[in-house]
Amino acid sequence: MSSVRVLVGTRKGAFVLTSDGRRDRWAVDGPHFAGWEVYHLKGSAADPDRLYASQSSGWFGQIIQRSSDGGRTWEVTGGEKVPDPYDPPGSAGSAFLYDTSPEVGRPLGTHQWYDGTPHPWEFKRVWHLEPSLADPDLVYAGVEDAALFRSADGGRTWQELAGLRGHDSGPHWQPGAGGLCLHTILLDPADASRMFVAISAAGAFRTDDGGQTWRPINRGLRSDGIPDPDAEVGHCVHRIAMHRSRPEVLFMQKHWDVMRSDDAGESWREVSGNLPTDFGFALDVHAHEPETIYVVPIKSDSEHYPPDGKLRVYRSRTGGGEWEALTSGLPQRDCYVNVLRDAMAVDALEPCGVYFGTTGGQVYASADAGDTWRPIVRDLPAVLSVEVQTLP
Amino acid sequence: MIRVVLPAHLRTLARVGGEVMLAVDGAPTLAAVLDALERRYPVLRGTIRDPATRRRRPLLRFFACERDLSHEPLDAPLPEPVVAGREPLLIVGAMAGG
Repeated sequence: MSSVRVLVGTRKGAFVLTSDGRRDRWAVDGPHFAGWEVYHLKGSAADPDRLYASQSSGWFGQIIQRSSDGGRTWEVTGGEKVPDPYDPPGSAGSAFLYDTSPEVGRPLGTHQWYDGTPHPWEFKRVWHLEPSLADPDLVYAGVEDAALFRSADGGRTWQELAGLRGHDSGPHWQPGAGGLCLHTILLDPADASRMFVAISAAGAFRTDDGGQTWRPINRGLRSDGIPDPDAEVGHCVHRIAMHRSRPEVLFMQKHWDVMRSDDAGESWREVSGNLPTDFGFALDVHAHEPETIYVVPIKSDSEHYPPDGKLRVYRSRTGGGEWEALTSGLPQRDCYVNVLRDAMAVDALEPCGVYFGTTGGQVYASADAGDTWRPIVRDLPAVLSVEVQTLP
Repeated sequence: MIRVVLPAHLRTLARVGGEVMLAVDGAPTLAAVLDALERRYPVLRGTIRDPATRRRRPLLRFFACERDLSHEPLDAPLPEPVVAGREPLLIVGAMAGG
């Protein structure tokens, strides 16, 4: 029988939740990396036992952990043979050092601060790790301040794909409330040279040459809070998702507005429809129905909890526009948690399972595509990310 | 031998229990101790000194002999009781790290 492994990153460590394919009894393993922030952990599609985790601390910096046994044991990538992290920028090192080499040919010195003044690029943490679809040793990291790094040796060494930050618009990027973070990385399953990333608050970008050059794909987005509401960059994109069978169709949860693109990001149209609020963070696509998508509407500005104290997932079976509230098993009064951008995922079983974690420490699961929900663990530290692996 | 006490999270990361005993090449300065520490435990590279600037991470402190050495030059000599191994060098997370 198939089984499911749910990887949960929290403010105070990582947890691995496992169940058989019935998804009714769950084992909780953890905390791993207790006391550290784990913004994200994710498994390789090519080798499900290969996991990567981002472990960080405001005191001690950034660690990348790797597991080769599905999360039972972990090792810090590198070890005795790791290149010195104090190597010159641009060289492959174990640290996340921005590329300031002349070859990039760009003035990478500053981005915009919240008030529009220049601010130096400063690495803070890894927000998202995206393993290659084909090679367990190849993994991408999206970091704050926004940049994309690549490791081809299982996380031992990292090199910036500096063409992204070197885009003409780079010096004009500015942070969102969570910082200037590259939080979403989508790999095109049909075209290994195509990737999508999203940056708060710059927008979405696409490469068609394996990450060497990038261009903004934000046509159709409109945002308050920037001088030109439909500018090429400056949009606070919270999340992008795709169905692997249709990589040209993208769904986006923006700061405000749920958006859809049918042309790989060349243009976007709003599909917020009848949502009670079109603000939110998390977004995902049903594993077997490419037109079925899920969001968790959140009240803003600044409140960042569900409207009316009711935790509701909204499902659209029409690719957006028409939405239904999914409430069975979710708290419908006095609920003031948030669901963060990387904290929703689906499994590949039939029926499709949907999972999300909250800042209140609950991980909710639905084994029937969202019709009913229940907490599979409910008292973890604040949940930052949820990823799901469907195992044979 | 110079005795070094690490904060709990770094002891976990380096998989050490109590104090770390280090032999330091050359003049026993703070920089020399940190170099020796990172050679012995490469996993600690970047956790005490920022990898880009090599400066002390802002939320870490260095104490010894009831003195705060955090703002001493890295190449300043360590106090004699630390060099002699009678007192440890304490690497401490700032109080907010409780």
